[in-house]
Amino acid sequence: MAVKEYAGKMIELDADGNLANLNEWNEDVAKAVAVEEGIEALTERHWAVINYMRKEFSEKGDAPSIRKMTKESGVDTKELYALFPKGPAKKAARIAGLPKPKGCI
Amino acid sequence: MKKLIILGAGTAGTMMLNKLHPVLNKDEWQITIVDQHETHYYQPGFLFIPFGIYTCKDVIKPKRDFFPSGTNVIKSEIEKIEPKENRVILKSGQVLGYDYLIIATGSKIDPTETEGMKDGLWHKNVFDFYTVEGACALANFFKHWEGGKLVINISEMPIKCPVAPLEFAFLADWYFTDRGIRDKVDIHFVTPLPGAFTKPRASDILGDFLSKKNIHLTSDFNIARVDNDNKKIISWDEQKVKFDVLVTIPTNKGDEVIARSGMGDELNFIPTDKHTLMAEGYNNIFVIGDATNLPSSKAGSVAHFQADILFENFMDVIEGLEPRAKFDGHANCFIESGFGKGILIDFNYDTEPLPGKFPLPGVGPFSLLEETKMNHYGKIMFRWMYWNFLLKGVELPIEANMSMAGKRF
Repeated sequence: MAVKEYAGKMIELDADGNLANLNEWNEDVAKAVAVEEGIEALTERHWAVINYMRKEFSEKGDAPSIRKMTKESGVDTKELYALFPKGPAKKAARIAGLPKPKGCI
Repeated sequence: MKKLIILGAGTAGTMMLNKLHPVLNKDEWQITIVDQHETHYYQPGFLFIPFGIYTCKDVIKPKRDFFPSGTNVIKSEIEKIEPKENRVILKSGQVLGYDYLIIATGSKIDPTETEGMKDGLWHKNVFDFYTVEGACALANFFKHWEGGKLVINISEMPIKCPVAPLEFAFLADWYFTDRGIRDKVDIHFVTPLPGAFTKPRASDILGDFLSKKNIHLTSDFNIARVDNDNKKIISWDEQKVKFDVLVTIPTNKGDEVIARSGMGDELNFIPTDKHTLMAEGYNNIFVIGDATNLPSSKAGSVAHFQADILFENFMDVIEGLEPRAKFDGHANCFIESGFGKGILIDFNYDTEPLPGKFPLPGVGPFSLLEETKMNHYGKIMFRWMYWNFLLKGVELPIEANMSMAGKRF
């Protein structure tokens, strides 16, 4: 398993490059991962998505699909892609410290 | 009298009926199957229609040919399932009570999910091949087409038969080569996935096939709308791809009855235990085939493997036992690669497609993740097996759970 430094902390990553341990996550780690994903600054709207995803994950045990995110997070599809270009579900999950959504089969 | 209702007489529902009918005592059980349609479609055959390999006649038979005699068959739309009351309401208002329910209501395309898709160009320059109407309209279009830019686009995952769009691209390459106009046809494969397929090793190998066949791949493209005036598909992040003909795989959804019954997720797929195949939260409802939300492929082979597991678990549950058989996500797909060849993949929840021989280790006759003529014959033979064995619930010489024997890793 790979280990990488984020926000001054050595963090273990899984095979997809997502955090291996949910509890190693904090807001500074999120910011550092975001930069790596090409997002320089996390805005309030980014945080709305990230917090929604963390809540969903703690309740359901899986990161939500894009469809579920747009239905429930209060952020529509267009904005979601503007916030997390290319792959919102995958990218936001990684920044939120969650494993890659299982929905991708 | 105990009552079993099967909702849906497609591949999965018909298989379950044929497996359970002979073993459930007729003095104790009444089996009812409900479906609104009279025609059974051999859906894997839709792929071949646009290229004139199959005609519509090759893919249809009456559903009643596959029902065992003495089955109570109801041809009706289903209004609602009321799982807490153990009953099903039909369109007519008729109420059917049950002791056990098997839901096999499948999935279908919904082009209205994407802005502009089912608009002016629908079935003129924009086609699907997941319906018999779409496949036949496309066959007519291709017959007279003299070339241009052919774009194949997957709207979003999950889709029924995730390899079908790739097969379509491979067959198009073959078809236009045969017609002598391949140099005039520019084939683009545009997908929301990060590569050619869902599983990494197969994705690399299949991606190589695409480039060898001069098919362009655009990945990470999530379609937002179809621009009918300028013949373009546009992604949520404003990437644009021009087309002369668009072959779309629209959003796939479970049946609306699942939404009306409050039993589905955001795409009307039913939360199902991935091992026991029981509907989450109910101890007398099973779900099979495309109707489930399982992270396995939506395909006939998968429904077939699930049917073996569901059968065992059903027999346990009616005896008051815990369901013991566990579905492992097994899928087995013949991928037509054109020019009379095919590729075979075999995988499950945990093991991605690997190279090797199948089903007999070291012998075959089929080769995994390799392009061979024998794999193509397997696919062609399968239609006969489907009508004569699979739907009738006859055992096939392939285990329900995936085997590692014969695979190289």
